[in-house]
Amino acid sequence: MSGRGKARAGAGSARAERAPARRRDRRIGKAAVPYLLGLPSWVYLLLFFLVPLASMLALSAAVGDPIVGYSYGGHFAEFLDAIGQYHRQLLRSFYYGALATLVTLAIAYPAAYWIAFHGGRHKSTYLFLIMLPFFVSFVIRTVAWQFILADQGFLFGQLKSWGLISDRFYILSTQWAVIGGLVYNGLAYYVLPLYVAIEKIDRRVVRAAGDLYADPASTFLRVILPLSAPGVFAGFLLVFVTDVGDFVNAQILGGPGTYMVGNVIQDSFFVNQDYPMAAALSSILMFLLMVAIFLYARAFGRERIQEYAA
Amino acid sequence: MTGLAPGPGRAVAAPGRGDGPGLAPRLLSLYTWLLILYAIVPIAVMVVFSFNQAPSGRVTLKWLGFTTAWYGHAFAVADLTDALVHSLEVAFGSMIVSVILGTPLALALARYRFRGKAVTDMVIFADIAAPAVVVGASLLSFFLTLNLPRGLLTILMAHIAFNVAFVVVVVRARVSGLDRALDRAAADLGATPWVAFWKVTFPLILPGIVAAGLLAFALSIDDLIITSFVSGQTLTFPLWIYGAVKTGIPPQVFVLSTFIFLGGVVLTLINTIVVRRNLP
Repeated sequence: MSGRGKARAGAGSARAERAPARRRDRRIGKAAVPYLLGLPSWVYLLLFFLVPLASMLALSAAVGDPIVGYSYGGHFAEFLDAIGQYHRQLLRSFYYGALATLVTLAIAYPAAYWIAFHGGRHKSTYLFLIMLPFFVSFVIRTVAWQFILADQGFLFGQLKSWGLISDRFYILSTQWAVIGGLVYNGLAYYVLPLYVAIEKIDRRVVRAAGDLYADPASTFLRVILPLSAPGVFAGFLLVFVTDVGDFVNAQILGGPGTYMVGNVIQDSFFVNQDYPMAAALSSILMFLLMVAIFLYARAFGRERIQEYAA
Repeated sequence: MTGLAPGPGRAVAAPGRGDGPGLAPRLLSLYTWLLILYAIVPIAVMVVFSFNQAPSGRVTLKWLGFTTAWYGHAFAVADLTDALVHSLEVAFGSMIVSVILGTPLALALARYRFRGKAVTDMVIFADIAAPAVVVGASLLSFFLTLNLPRGLLTILMAHIAFNVAFVVVVVRARVSGLDRALDRAAADLGATPWVAFWKVTFPLILPGIVAAGLLAFALSIDDLIITSFVSGQTLTFPLWIYGAVKTGIPPQVFVLSTFIFLGGVVLTLINTIVVRRNLP
């Protein structure tokens, strides 16, 4: 930084003798550079990210309907209404989200560990294969699972015709289908940060644990797992937030009994056209997730989560 | 999970195990292949059923016989093809605009200290971490408040809004990895900052910009949740499929998705090969 400044000043000094005023202009100009560079994005994010969040909050405190119009103001009763009517779907979203994320972590970790430590020359090939679902649209992947899990599909239909499972057996429209869909869709998102974190672990530290007579289990629990924690936490955040806010898995693989808060928000907007209710529910979801992320970041450090989330 | 733990260090330290991989790594290798299989199964279903006969024009759950007919009529469902065109338009548009908006901010964040940097970081992080449902609902609230009719334009606006943050993060990582000495050398050789940027910095960060653009394109073409809030009557490819699930989807959905899948895989492999060749 300072070296560059010096070089700049050196280059500028010959001209500066002729025009000291211009030099001062350039300095002011230089200080403005980052602001000018950032300006377009800031304006855009202000207009299409921050202001919409504010208008969602405003709409959630409004009364009226789409035809008559809305009067904005402090009608916070909508929030109590939303919680009263839909607390079940809210709780269910967090329950499904937490359970699905934990299962995703449990199935992703061993593979990420093996690829990072034993993948050898083919590490990127293994990662590429696990990432293949990324190349298929999210909704198609979910539709494909609906196919696989269908009551009379090629899997269960066949098993039933062989008499291996009961004719009444089904998975679709149960919570297990929804959680299974969430797990599948989150898998690639979790493997990647885990892999990055485990790959960064210094092998000498692991070897040292062995040399100091740590058995494999304690080497894993006391050395590898803590050192891979950044990936565990970053992936958890990424997958959990995505899962809690999802409504596509619940819609395609589940039934009315598995509705999540996202489904209710959708229905409030497009079926009931109760915009304040929809906005209130979204605000509550945002608030709950913000509290969760804040506690998380406090415990762990935002910079590191950010680094891995990217 | 604990039983599967021994690292390479342990294998070396344990006498008699140094010759080859121990039991645990072998089990883990098998496990990883099973996980890969799990990841691929739905893709295989998609590809296989794109070759299945479907007398009713809707995909059926049972295997009725091999046919390539749907590949011959890949674009026969007019509104599905329209939806795909919409998706491509939005993906291209949002890719280009978000790269143009995001790259300068990434440069500012990577190279300058300025007031408001921490806040900017937080907003970028929030934009990425915010659940899609909330982003979609807030944009719809905004458009409803403005009384702005929803359609292709509002979809484009929404996609740029989430893509900008990803572009900033990806390009910034590339800029941070650059050696500042190169800039200084350019300045020492008399290049103005403007010339130094276009002749030195820009070519070096171009791979980061391309990667950011591809990510933006991929995120846009796959987005369903945010789009479902701001689309109005306009349908994108994922939205069309989502809407058709209840009544049954035509085989063309699987055919076009197979095309997209192969296109993405081929592009990625080409990109990998090009990057490897260019490495010193």
